[in-house]
Amino acid sequence: MNKDEYKKLVDGLTPKENKSKNAIIAFLVGGLVGLLAELIAVLIMKWFGISRIEAYQWTCLIVILLACAFTAIGFFDNWVTKAKAGLILPTTGFAHSVMSAALDYKRDGFITGIGANVFKLAGSVILYGIISAFFFAIIGVVIYG
Amino acid sequence: MNFLSAFLFAGIACFLAQLILDNTKLTPGHVTSFFTIIGAFFALLGCYEKFIDFAGGGATTIISNFGYMLYKGAYLGFQENGIIGLFSGLLTYSSCAIAGVVVFAFVLTLIFKPKD
Repeated sequence: MNKDEYKKLVDGLTPKENKSKNAIIAFLVGGLVGLLAELIAVLIMKWFGISRIEAYQWTCLIVILLACAFTAIGFFDNWVTKAKAGLILPTTGFAHSVMSAALDYKRDGFITGIGANVFKLAGSVILYGIISAFFFAIIGVVIYG
Repeated sequence: MNFLSAFLFAGIACFLAQLILDNTKLTPGHVTSFFTIIGAFFALLGCYEKFIDFAGGGATTIISNFGYMLYKGAYLGFQENGIIGLFSGLLTYSSCAIAGVVVFAFVLTLIFKPKD
């Protein structure tokens, strides 16, 4: 069997995912998360009379707390598997990756388990976020002064 | 009320992310990192604040907001304190998300057991 035939065989056996269905689910779930976040922010602004920026920070914290709690209780993994990018791209995905890494490595101890692995998945977001923001900020300073 | 724009903005971002996930070999780690960098880039262009004005929670909930916050911290840090401000200011605004996720995840890890 040559390479092409092998590739054909593998492609034929790999289960096909329904891409358009996935994308629509991601759109609806992601949109719903955004909508809920806006709703929480508006309610917080109304009830506590704080500024918009602070309200979004509170919203961010609440979304993270919910995602962590749902992951710890155990049903959030299923949600993420079903909704895919709809829950991965919002802050929920960031919280879920940290929370599940912490839980998974709990049995390896506090330092070599949780400590060493808690940012295993979210680390790349933090690393490349900081690197890109740092250099973009230098560019921004040069351009805008 | 910008609930509709919040829904559309976050929805379309997730839609694009799902298309990337399904049509390339990239993992969720690649896609979230990519969107963070895009967020910082839009912040550099000055667009991200307009996204937030337009979509509110829709723009602040997706991971690109993290890149925007980091850029904003570094840029405003430089305005206030010069070069050291680039470093000391970078994490100012995103501290909320990082500290929040660390505190919640750690405390909840103490309470809950992993699923087998």
